[in-house]
Amino acid sequence: MTTATDSPRVPTDSLGNPITVPDSDDILVVEASDGSRWELVCGLEVHAELATVTKMFSGAPNNFGDDPNTNVDPVTLGLPGTLPVVNQRAVELAIRFGCAVGAEVRRSVFSRKNYFYPDMPKNFQISQFDLPIVVAGELELPDGHVVGIERAHLEEDTGKSTHVGGAGRITGAVHSLVDHNRAGVPLLEIVSRPHVRSAEQARQYVAELRAILVACGISDGKMEEGSMRVDANISVRPEGSDDLNSRCEIKNVNSLRSLGRAIEYEAKRQADLHATGGKVVQETRHWDETDGRTHTMRSKEDADDYRYFPEPDLVPVDPDPAWVAEIAASLPMLPAARRARLADLTGEPGTAEAVVAIVDRGQDDQAVGAIQAGAEPRRVLVHIAQNLAGEGGAELPADRLAELVAMEVSGDLTATQAKQVLAELVADPSLTAAAVAKAKGFEAMDTGALEVAIDEIIAANPTEWEQFRTGDPKVRGKLTGFFVGKVMKATKGQADGKAATALLNQKATA
Amino acid sequence: MSTAESAIDIAAAIRAGGRSAVEVTEAHLARITEHEPTIHAFNEVTAESALAAAAEIDRAIAAGEPVGPLAGVPIAVKDNLCTKGIATTCSSKMLEGWIPPYDATVVQRLAAAGAITVGKTNLDEFAMGSSTETSAFGVTRNPVDHTRVPGGSSGGSAAAVAAQFAPLALGTDTGGSIRQPAAFCGVVGVKPTYGLVSRYGLIAYASSLDQVGPLANTVADAALLLEAIAGHDAADATSIPQEAPRLVEHLDDGVAGLRVGIITELMGDGIDPDIIAQVRAAAEALAAAGATVEEVSVPAVSHGLSAYYLIGPAEASSNLARFDGVRFGLRVDAPTTNEMMVATRTAGFGDEVKRRIMLGTYALSAGYYDAFYGKAQKVRTLICRDFATAYERFDVLLSPTTPTTAFEIGSIADPLTMYLNDTCTTATNMAGDCAISVPFGTDAAGLPIGVQVLAPALGEATMFRAAVALEAAAPALAQGEPDHR
Repeated sequence: MTTATDSPRVPTDSLGNPITVPDSDDILVVEASDGSRWELVCGLEVHAELATVTKMFSGAPNNFGDDPNTNVDPVTLGLPGTLPVVNQRAVELAIRFGCAVGAEVRRSVFSRKNYFYPDMPKNFQISQFDLPIVVAGELELPDGHVVGIERAHLEEDTGKSTHVGGAGRITGAVHSLVDHNRAGVPLLEIVSRPHVRSAEQARQYVAELRAILVACGISDGKMEEGSMRVDANISVRPEGSDDLNSRCEIKNVNSLRSLGRAIEYEAKRQADLHATGGKVVQETRHWDETDGRTHTMRSKEDADDYRYFPEPDLVPVDPDPAWVAEIAASLPMLPAARRARLADLTGEPGTAEAVVAIVDRGQDDQAVGAIQAGAEPRRVLVHIAQNLAGEGGAELPADRLAELVAMEVSGDLTATQAKQVLAELVADPSLTAAAVAKAKGFEAMDTGALEVAIDEIIAANPTEWEQFRTGDPKVRGKLTGFFVGKVMKATKGQADGKAATALLNQKATA
Repeated sequence: MSTAESAIDIAAAIRAGGRSAVEVTEAHLARITEHEPTIHAFNEVTAESALAAAAEIDRAIAAGEPVGPLAGVPIAVKDNLCTKGIATTCSSKMLEGWIPPYDATVVQRLAAAGAITVGKTNLDEFAMGSSTETSAFGVTRNPVDHTRVPGGSSGGSAAAVAAQFAPLALGTDTGGSIRQPAAFCGVVGVKPTYGLVSRYGLIAYASSLDQVGPLANTVADAALLLEAIAGHDAADATSIPQEAPRLVEHLDDGVAGLRVGIITELMGDGIDPDIIAQVRAAAEALAAAGATVEEVSVPAVSHGLSAYYLIGPAEASSNLARFDGVRFGLRVDAPTTNEMMVATRTAGFGDEVKRRIMLGTYALSAGYYDAFYGKAQKVRTLICRDFATAYERFDVLLSPTTPTTAFEIGSIADPLTMYLNDTCTTATNMAGDCAISVPFGTDAAGLPIGVQVLAPALGEATMFRAAVALEAAAPALAQGEPDHR
């Protein structure tokens, strides 16, 4: 328990561990107004709403988007005499997360965080303070940088206030409306170590965290619905130094894009302040999306004294190691491993856009299946990344996709035709690629038929042909599109563009 | 019929068909009508719903349907236990007229057992007090002597039993709030083991100390009631996951060989000599019945009171934060939300509640936590340890319940002096153990004295056996209607 008299010589985190800041190939360095250079030190706090059926401490439904104050019960409303009971599923999901990031899962104690606010029914929040359930994990970003996870703890969400009148804040409001549907929704607060060194790493960290949460069924990870909320703790120090300067906590960062912008703005603001002899004071700042700046919310001096003490209505949560082991064993393959698997099979880097997108959408099993069924890996990546990118990721049995790719590779289908066949197969997976191709009349043209068509087009466009035949590669390149377009039109798309180009070039040099 | 009959006898007669529940209820309601204006044990008498419930019991019995162990027995329920559809006020302006949408678990269990709730009893506001004088709705008078307090905070419940308004009552005990009023009013009061009885629906004062328990005219009735309300409740995470203990069937097992320790620290300074004498007499009675009796030192007991007055208020400061005018209870309108909350809490809470909220807020504050709340928790650990050591050698411990007998209404103005009432009782709550107060003799003025039997957690069966032995040996009280003194 910290007190006003605590003054540790070595800076420590909330659990008393020394604070370390790792080096990285990718460190954001900002130049202050006087030309001095400052590097970023950043830690992220992510609140993830857990994908439970009911709330953290009661049987009221945990469901987003319902009519206000319908997902409530006496416990949610903090009615006199009510008591909390821990949602075991929420504990299980927290343990899942701990296992997914290689953390220690330990005996934890709920505490009360006391402060008055009208959307907090009991005027205290039940949270874990000095004894969180998950400690000391780490998360490797796609670029290989490792971000330590200090802790993850369970807590309950507050209700949602709407302040009417004034500036939309409680001060000056004519009246306030409170929706308690969100009150008591289980949250996992995931606190990183200050190991994030650039805006890009911050985005990657949140994206990777989200991917893990979604893959493990811990949270739906929807930032737009507030299922995932990010606060950034930001400080800067002279480039190359080991100092730890005062940090500011930036709230209201609601998208990956704003996260990057907010970090860059705040780093620059602090660098300028340091450079001009000012002092960065520890405070909470609000990111304003419209003006692209951060603004003071409350300084440390104004901060509430939360008077944390152990929640006497609950007993410690001490997970049985056998249960933890069982949960660890039941984890699905994690995004990093899935990217590596797909990268291995396709020869693409794990950071390739198509690989990241396919794993992110959970379509990698499909890709792996098709490749294992013999399909050409890169064409599989293209089809899934581009042609099956629909909401949630359309599904196609591996052998169907493999058959389609095989027809494409053999020249039986052009890329354009393959795309059309694919759409039909997704709509009706009982069909085969060959059947669809036949039904659509996508018979492969033999070279003779293609030649006849090209000869007719050459005869009809003598001027262009002369230019093509005598022109430099630049001119010929331009006119290739013209002739291939005519060929496609004449053959109703059945011609293979590559074959037509080859034949045109052959004729021009003959 | 006589309202002096025990719950066990009433229940037996009703089950046997010799008497109707309506008749029993009417008799008790008639007695309430006659004496309640003087005693003021109740915040609300629920005559109508009581008669309806009694009629339902009679119908069930006539139809040959099974009924519970308390079928047709009137009971008074402390007004900090939530009753669906019936106002639950904690004797505070903050909750005046507040009607809960749900029943406390103990209230559900009473209904399942067939008990008839005749009313909600007065208490010190939010159970903070030792005299029922901090009630926002007026003081309750001690039926033994109307110029005196009934004790508190369960003063209304103790008075209701002593005045024969009901043979049973539910109280709550955070630092002595069942046992002290039981002692003052000459009735039996039990603080069960922490976690034995569900707290769901008990409006919290101090969550780690609060426990619901019975008040009754006899030890056996108290045991019967405790059996009916005890046992695991999934809605209370601190509820012990086991079934209610069997108490009544072991009441007459005797005390032969029982090892009894008299707590030395509670037999000296600050305790009325008449009370000490009765505790010694009680010990002799147990010895005569075959128990072995020795004195034992439980050193940390001496620090129980000061630690209690930090931990209790600390938890209370947080528990009572929800009374802000936003969702329920009193709201005093003001221009802004913050001002509304301040105005509501200023108007809604009485002085003693405010005092404890401030004390507790301070004890938890940054920079003071270690010195106050943290230290009090260490003392609590010591109390547990010292009791555990004592219980290695003794089955039960014996002490006075209170340092004095019932005092006159209005005679104690100083809060610290008032807090001394809890000298002998808080340690049990701190340890999470159980204890019972049994009437045993009177002081020179003829006021009842309570002897306290303490037992380790879940030691209720042994504790009740000792209590029955004491009850059997207790000096006969002056006969006559208790409220006609």
